[in-house]
Amino acid sequence: MTAESNRRAWMSLLAKAPADRLNALWHAYGAAPKFHWLRAPEIGASMVRGRLGGTGAPFNLGEMTLTRCALQLESGEVGHGYVQGRDKQKAEIAALVDALMQGPEAAAVKAAVLEPLSAEMAEVKTARAEKAAATKVDFFTMVRGED
Amino acid sequence: MYVAVKGGERAIDNAHAWLAEERRGDLNVAELSVAQIREQLSLAVNRVMAEGSLYDPDLAALAIKQARGDMIEAIFLIRAYRTTLPRFGASAPVETADMACDRRISATFKDAPGGQVLGPTFDYTHRLLDFALVAEGEASAVERGEARAEPTPHITEFLNKEGLIQTEVDSEDVPGDLTREPLELPANRPLRLQALTRGDEGFVLSMAYSTQRGYARNHAFVGELRIGKVPVEMEIPELGFAIEVGEIELTECETVNQFQGSKTEPPQFTRGYGLVFGQSERKAISMALVDRALRWEELGEDNLGAPAQDEEFVLYHSDNIQATGFLEHIKLPHYVDFQSELELIRKLRREAMENTMPVQEAAE
Repeated sequence: MTAESNRRAWMSLLAKAPADRLNALWHAYGAAPKFHWLRAPEIGASMVRGRLGGTGAPFNLGEMTLTRCALQLESGEVGHGYVQGRDKQKAEIAALVDALMQGPEAAAVKAAVLEPLSAEMAEVKTARAEKAAATKVDFFTMVRGED
Repeated sequence: MYVAVKGGERAIDNAHAWLAEERRGDLNVAELSVAQIREQLSLAVNRVMAEGSLYDPDLAALAIKQARGDMIEAIFLIRAYRTTLPRFGASAPVETADMACDRRISATFKDAPGGQVLGPTFDYTHRLLDFALVAEGEASAVERGEARAEPTPHITEFLNKEGLIQTEVDSEDVPGDLTREPLELPANRPLRLQALTRGDEGFVLSMAYSTQRGYARNHAFVGELRIGKVPVEMEIPELGFAIEVGEIELTECETVNQFQGSKTEPPQFTRGYGLVFGQSERKAISMALVDRALRWEELGEDNLGAPAQDEEFVLYHSDNIQATGFLEHIKLPHYVDFQSELELIRKLRREAMENTMPVQEAAE
């Protein structure tokens, strides 16, 4: 994994994370690094696109809400938060985690915030997939007649 | 003469205060929270997101509460809010082939890889009122199976391998956006699909139903219907790479329709396509049928003069906010307009009377 693909992975995880769980894990970690805003949290939207027939040319499906921000730690790292929904605090925590993941605290933040978050989200996803699997139809053929 | 009429502020304020009281209803009944609406009326929330054209379950639930459950009013609130949001960008097209499917069925292939997964469906229920729901209680535990780890392939891709179905050609063209430029006709298929996915569910359903009843007959099979979550990926300009900015629930429907072939194409199946926010399968199937009916010209079919083939008729009447805005405005004061109508009808009557009177006099 390159540094870029690592960063994509943690930013994607933070974007999709439930705000209350991210908040709880972040506060349990207990860091409060000093920073200044490069871009204060801002609520906006992204136009989501689909494809004709699922595989063809793109079309505009509708928008989704996003919140973004950018900040710089006193130690110099720049963190970006791009998260789903309209929660400014979630965007701020995401940007702080992004910034810390680029510095000496990376391993600790990963263990305290990202890994539990990732495990919980995977568990939720697996639970749905298991419930879906239980509704899969098993066809059987009725045999008619004596032989 | 134009007479400006003022007044009514007090009446309006009092009406709105009463509206708030009526919205709350009987104070002896617990108030609904937005989270309760989001979790327990989720299909209403999905409809408001789809037709409001903004994916945000909390906002849609709030709109439903504020609108007292009036869906079109709630959609109106979401559309109005949407216009206040700066747009950060557009996503890469979502990959529905990678969907984590809660439900995935096919009416055409029994043994499709991935199988027939019913999901949390109303199908096969007896539509009998369940009075057990009157009493509050916990739902019983749900059975679990073995989770499918790999993505579920699209069923139409199997037909495509044999060349039996028309290929959807990928392109990187930037699609037109109805929310940015006014709709002009003829519209292309990406614009039509944008209009249909945010169109009124009842209208799109009726148009689709009309094609089944013989107006632009297009016998459609549901090749595949799938519901589940897909990640949304967007390029972040300041980073120079794309990240997943969120995850949304979608319903996708692909229909498979007969096609006789044309001068350039051999006989093959063609597709209708529906993709809608949330769990909205009635809407997604309807969208696919109407999409297919509107493709008559591109596929060299006859224009039978059916409403569902008429792009102008469908696209200009599918939006319930435009429709209700124009429809409901006629209840607002039109005193001056009506005054002129009144004067006109009096003048016409006077002239008509004067024309008939001399005849009567002569007869006398």
